[in-house]
Amino acid sequence: MSPVLAGVLQLLALIAALALAYIPLGNHMARVYTSDKHWRVEKWIYKGIGADPDREMRWPAYLRGVLAFSLAGVLFLYLLQRLQGVLPGSLGFASIDPDQAFNTAVSFVTNTNWQSYYGEQAMGHVVQTAGLAVQNFVSAAVGMAVAVALVRGFARSRTGELGNFWADLVRGVVRVLVPIAALAAVVLVACGVIQNFSGIHQVGQFLGDPQQWNGGAVASQEAIKELGTNGGGYFNANSAHPFENPTPFSNLFEIFLILLIPFSLTRTFGLMVGSVRQGYAILGTMAAIWVGFTALMMWTEFAHHGPAPELAGASMEGKELRFGVGASSIFAVATTLTSTGAVDSFHSSYTGLGGGITMLGMMLGEIAPGGTGSGLYGMLIMAVIAVFIAGLMVGRTPEYLGKKIGTREIKFAACYILITPALVLVLTAAAMALPTPGASMTNSGAHGFSEILYAYTSASNNNGSAFAGLNADTQWFNSTLGLAMLLGRFLPMVFVLALAGSLARQQPVPASAGTLRTEKPLFAGLLVGAILIITGLTYFPALALGPLAEGLAA
Amino acid sequence: MNTSVTNTARLLGAGLRALLVLTLLTGVLYPLAVTGIAQGLFDGKANGSEVESNGEVVGSSLIGQAYNLPLKEGQETPAPDLKWFQGRPQNGLGSNSVNTQYRLILSGATNRSADNAELVQWVKDAKAAVVKDNSVPGHPVNPADVPADAVTSSGSGLDPAISPKYADLQVQRVAEKNGLPADRVRKLVDEHTEGRTLGFMGEPRVNVLELNIALKDLAAAGR
Repeated sequence: MSPVLAGVLQLLALIAALALAYIPLGNHMARVYTSDKHWRVEKWIYKGIGADPDREMRWPAYLRGVLAFSLAGVLFLYLLQRLQGVLPGSLGFASIDPDQAFNTAVSFVTNTNWQSYYGEQAMGHVVQTAGLAVQNFVSAAVGMAVAVALVRGFARSRTGELGNFWADLVRGVVRVLVPIAALAAVVLVACGVIQNFSGIHQVGQFLGDPQQWNGGAVASQEAIKELGTNGGGYFNANSAHPFENPTPFSNLFEIFLILLIPFSLTRTFGLMVGSVRQGYAILGTMAAIWVGFTALMMWTEFAHHGPAPELAGASMEGKELRFGVGASSIFAVATTLTSTGAVDSFHSSYTGLGGGITMLGMMLGEIAPGGTGSGLYGMLIMAVIAVFIAGLMVGRTPEYLGKKIGTREIKFAACYILITPALVLVLTAAAMALPTPGASMTNSGAHGFSEILYAYTSASNNNGSAFAGLNADTQWFNSTLGLAMLLGRFLPMVFVLALAGSLARQQPVPASAGTLRTEKPLFAGLLVGAILIITGLTYFPALALGPLAEGLAA
Repeated sequence: MNTSVTNTARLLGAGLRALLVLTLLTGVLYPLAVTGIAQGLFDGKANGSEVESNGEVVGSSLIGQAYNLPLKEGQETPAPDLKWFQGRPQNGLGSNSVNTQYRLILSGATNRSADNAELVQWVKDAKAAVVKDNSVPGHPVNPADVPADAVTSSGSGLDPAISPKYADLQVQRVAEKNGLPADRVRKLVDEHTEGRTLGFMGEPRVNVLELNIALKDLAAAGR
């Protein structure tokens, strides 16, 4: 069997597995977010929080909950890292410096998991399991909560109420993330992912002196790292490390975990707005972009243009042999079209165009299928924009799911799509204009520019992967990337929730002959077009200076 | 006190309490439960898939190792010990940090781009070395036959495997250095070649550590 055919079969197997999980998981999540009943363990948790899970919140209250919880997360994680040196179970690692601790705390709370540290040389058991892995769960649950709040905005009428943030947060963790992650962690251990709490110890080698090993609760963290589209590796090499991703099967399984919730949430959305076909239209849009990007990536990586891959005979630099070019390409696209940022191969050593595809995936706003929750709300914002464009064409007031998209709504949607490009382009330009940031580049020329563009794209979109040649552990990058992650996560959420509140207050508009049928393939096509055109117009000049220049020169 | 300040403080308190309760669940109970199950059901794997040779642990079957001669004085990088099958090149982390050389304590890739002049030179040097090291009298290696994994470094810098093609290419050399018939060594490679999982997942591969352990046993039995 040729490697290309094997790659295609792996993609098809992945699609089949996701399709099998789609309806049960989508239905389950719809029940989770609409049920009136509380589990006993949840009641204990609400008691601990001191919150009434049945109290409905309007959008400002919901937002305050999100922000308060996230702020507490940043402070706690920052302190945990600053105190690491005196905590037990820290493998003898020192406390993290203030700028790096800030960057890392923000990074994990915003579901980004950008890492300017080397996992196996900086973070002990306590910070990894009780700090970083906890944010892997809760940041994903926050994203899902905000998405569900927006869906309720579409589903409800003549109320401003969007649900209860604490209930959505806790249910997401208790009923969705923990059960799936626990199951997945055991599967990963069965593949060979390590799960222990041993310290740094010596292990014999075939030749020469013994070498040092680092234990860790890796499988439990790896499972939620992929499932919650977080991406922060236990080890520096992330999912390329054999202890995080030991076999071809574990690799496909991890890709499956990355895509599982974001795709299935479209079913949840369809059920909650009362039309599963609306969910299928969103699913179709996401799937079309995802399959298209994966096909393009496989094509460019198998074609391996560029001086080094041509000389070597394949694009294998930075790729693990057990995965090969095909599976690595599938992973690279899945991780950058979601907000994951885990890597099983190093994007910096991809072909010029391959690197460009990973960047473009993030620039789309990570909506195909996107992060847990953030993918769905990002895509629904694009749907609002697409409906608006269609409305302009025919001269009717645009509506989506029975709600009018008026001035107020379109302003919120427009603000949402402007934030991330503004952050990416302004900060990249600032880094290029200043004398010192450029010193962090490993490669020169177009690829050096790409390293910086990639960093800000990844941070602002809360992805967390990198063209890792960039030495990002400097005060400039720790601070500005931290800022980009914060603003790139929470400003869009403000507009999403404001939009949700505005939609929930409206009276539904009855569908008429002139209503755009948003459950039809035609609308999915329009949506794909709107996404590609908006992203293309925004980022083309920057892409031309970096990956396109590199790729076309090859 | 101002009510908005009180409200903010109350809200932050709720946020902090929520975090602590969820930390107990997801940061203490969850990892401990998974660890318990993992250690109960798959203790060998949960502890790093250690492999033994002659009753001694010689590493993990998942982690690649260097098979080098001891470093001589004045040498910067040790020369490969050609008696053993060699893994992928050991360039490891880029200029940001130390060169990993298959040291488990720090993993990572070179992150050199496809058009990076240094990477091009590394590939050229690696290819020349593979051709030189593996050409034995009567069996010259054609540069066009050197597979990509023999001249590129992996993502983790710890890749435990090489392609069957690269292993085959080393057979004549290894057989000669160990005083074994080439056919016997080739058979050993075949026995240690693992195909794609279920026929389509990943790539066919040979685990270098396991192959070298078997080679060591074979050489000892042959003598």
